[in-house]
This record gives sequence, C-alpha cells and structure tokens, in this order.
Amino acid sequence: MKDMQKPERSKSLFRFAAPQMFYPLAGKLAPWFAGVAAILAAIGMWLGFFVAPTDAVQGEVYRVIYIHVAAAWMSMFVYLVMAFWSFVGLVMNTRLSFIMSQALAPTGAMFCFVALWTGALWGKPTWGAYWVWDARLTSQLLLLFLYLGFMALTRAIEDPRRADKAGAIIALVGAVNVPIIYFSVKWWNTLHQGASVSLNKAPSMATTMLTGMLVMALAAWAYTIAVTLWRVRSLILERERHTDWVIAELNAQEGKV
Amino acid sequence: MSRALGPFAAVLSRDLLLAWRGRADVLVTLAFFVVVVCLFPFGVGAEPNLLRTIAPGVLWVAALLSTLLSLHRLFAQDHADGTLEQLLLTPEPTVLWVVAKISAHWIATGLPLVVVAPGLALLFDVEQGALGVLILSLALGTPILALLGAVGAALTLGLRGGGMLLALLVLPLFVPVLIFGAGAVDAYLSGSGAQAHLLLLGGGLLASLALAPLACAAALRIAVE
Repeated sequence: MKDMQKPERSKSLFRFAAPQMFYPLAGKLAPWFAGVAAILAAIGMWLGFFVAPTDAVQGEVYRVIYIHVAAAWMSMFVYLVMAFWSFVGLVMNTRLSFIMSQALAPTGAMFCFVALWTGALWGKPTWGAYWVWDARLTSQLLLLFLYLGFMALTRAIEDPRRADKAGAIIALVGAVNVPIIYFSVKWWNTLHQGASVSLNKAPSMATTMLTGMLVMALAAWAYTIAVTLWRVRSLILERERHTDWVIAELNAQEGKV
Repeated sequence: MSRALGPFAAVLSRDLLLAWRGRADVLVTLAFFVVVVCLFPFGVGAEPNLLRTIAPGVLWVAALLSTLLSLHRLFAQDHADGTLEQLLLTPEPTVLWVVAKISAHWIATGLPLVVVAPGLALLFDVEQGALGVLILSLALGTPILALLGAVGAALTLGLRGGGMLLALLVLPLFVPVLIFGAGAVDAYLSGSGAQAHLLLLGGGLLASLALAPLACAAALRIAVE
C-alpha cells in the first residue's frame, strides 16, 4: 500500500488534498479520534450523571444538557465547517474539499435532530410543552431543513462534479442566511409573545456541571471528526472506483480478509 | 450605460413577451393564490375576529407558495431549448441578463399578486389603512422571493423531482421575508408602526439584489457545464 504513493510524494501538507493520499491518512487518524471520543464521552457521562449535583431549580431533568448542549453546538459548528470546505472547494477546485463537506452534512443533521429531540424531552417537564416557537428552537429547526436541503440536492444530481458545486453554492447561500434567519426569528418571537420562555438558568453553574458539558462537547467534536473521516474514505472509494489505486486497494483488503 | 442597458432591455422585453403569449400560465399562478387564500376560512372557521388576525399571515404564506409554484418556469424552458447555453456564451455579463430574467419573472408572476392581494384582504375584513402597508410589504418582499428562488431554480435545473427539491431548498430561506412581510401588517394593526419592518424588507431587497444574481449566475454555469 505504501509503495503506491511513492511517485508523487512531496513535502508539502497540500499533498493530502489528493484523495489518493488522504485515503490512508484518514484511515490512520479515524480510529484515534473514535477512541478519544469514546473515552471523553465516558468521562462526560460519568461526570454528568454521577458526580454533578442535582439542579436546585430543575431537578434531575437538567441532566439532558450533557447531550443537548454538545449536540446543539456541534450542529451549528458543523454547518460552518461545511460552508468553509464548500468555499475552499469552489475557490481551489479541489475534489476532496467537496467530499469533506458532503461527508460532514449527515453528522450535522444528526446532531441537529438530537438537539431538537432532547430539547423536546427537556421542554415537556420544564415548560409543560414539547415544543414552543422560541427563537432558538425555531432557528434550529430551520437549520435542520438547510441540512436536509443540502443532502437532498447533492444526492439528486447524478454527475458528481455538478453535485459538488451545486451543493457548495447552496451551503454558502445557507451560511449567509443563517444569521439573518436567527435574528429575524428572534425578533418575530419577541414581537409576538415576549420573552416568556427563556432558559432560566441557575444563578451560577456548578463547576462539575460545566466540566461535564465541556467534556461532552469535546467528545462530540472527536466523534464528528472520526465519523467524517470514515465517510470521506467511503466517498473517495466510490468516486475513484475506476482508478487503478482503488482497485489495487480493494484487492489488497480482500486478500487480507 | 446604454451598452449595459441594451442586453438587459432585450432579455427583459423578450421574457415579458413570452409571458404575455403564455398568459394562461401566469393566470394559473394567480388563481392558485386566490384559491389558497379562500381555503383558509373553510379550514379555521369564518369568525371575523379570527380571520382579521390571521389575514396578513395567510396572504403572505399564499403569496410565498404561489411564487414557489411558478419558480421552476424561470429557466426550465430556456434550458430545454438551448437558449440558456446561447445566453451563457454571449460576451454580455451573465449577472445582467439573469437580473433581467428575474425582473421579467417578477413582473409576470409577483406583480399580479401585489395587485390582487388588497382585494383578498377585504374578504378577511382587514381595515382599509392596513391595505397600503400590505401592498408595500408585498411589493418589497415578493422580489426577494423571486431573487432567492432563482438561485434554487438554477441549482435544480433539469433534475428529476426538481419541484419538491426546490421547495425544500428555498422555503427555509424565505422565512425572514415571511416574518417581516406579515409582521409589517401586524405591526401597523397593533399600532406600533410598520416602518421598521418595511425598512428591513427594503434592505433585504437591496442585499439580495446584490448577492443572489451572482449565486444564480454561478449555479446556471454549473447546470449547463
């Protein structure tokens, strides 16, 4: 496997922009990130469910934040990263950048959904309703629609080159619109029903609570990287299936099994 | 100036002429708008106070849906008969004739909505003073819908199931326009004044006029590549 890469090896980091070079690198890195994610998630869960004290106002229900907050942060961050890779792809015309943004989308959408779902579970006992048209909830829902639109568009176009670029454009249009959507929804909400529903958070968060939350956020981060790298590998194999190196790679893998 | 105006005017008048020749299509969009608005009282009941409250939202959502319905026609015909490729091959800037096409599309499909909306508002017993605000908000808002929708129409050009995909792509982007458009009428009715909403809509129109044609031109080039 190593010998195949010899001919075009250069010192620059940019050599990993070639799918053929990135494929083994992603394969090496992904298990490490997955391991880090598992360890951090275990620590975060332990902190969150066994060490952190019960919240004075909300009781045990608040413990959903250990998943909810991490998921919500990641869902927004992943969209930004997706838009970044789309931009890089459009400017530099690098295939791997487009593959990267498409590999990120399902994870972002998943976190978006998890954030909404856990939010609903938290909302029922706390607000008395699974859903309120709060600014944050609504913009999160619209973000999920943006993810779904991006994925639907890139899947609907058969020609990968067109799918890449069309997806990149809609990702960038969405990224420009996300702040506009957020502020318009926020304003709409305050105009209609006042700030009746806001996160009435405890005066000061206990340190263990905060630590647990941050550890879980880092776990979500590592998980995203690991899953994305694995998805990038599959996408690379699918796209380059006609090239010699992929055929050789697949033959080598089958030989191992 | 006249050099830039020439191709703009040519594409604009051509598209308007095409829209005039196929005015049945335009009328269908308008009829859809009217029918959707008239469905609401059947669904929610004919209680005058309730109708008065929901009128701005209903009119705006209906305007949004009928805009969506006509969007796929924006480039589809030119794409099918090859005109689009010829236009892309001309030395004229793509953005210029893209704006011309969107303008013609709005005049053919958006402007009739703006004209008809006050009449429909009367069916919901909206007070007369608010009609001006409604017209103004639609006149500022529907061009934004056309501009944003054009990007989606260009991206989904020639795809199977393009219509549903187009809806999924552009409807989330339409939300701010809906909020400020319907909000303008609501704000006027509640006595707080519609100025802020209308100014924001105007700002949104200018921003989308500056940015959306660029994205649309890029999307068209990708689509015919």
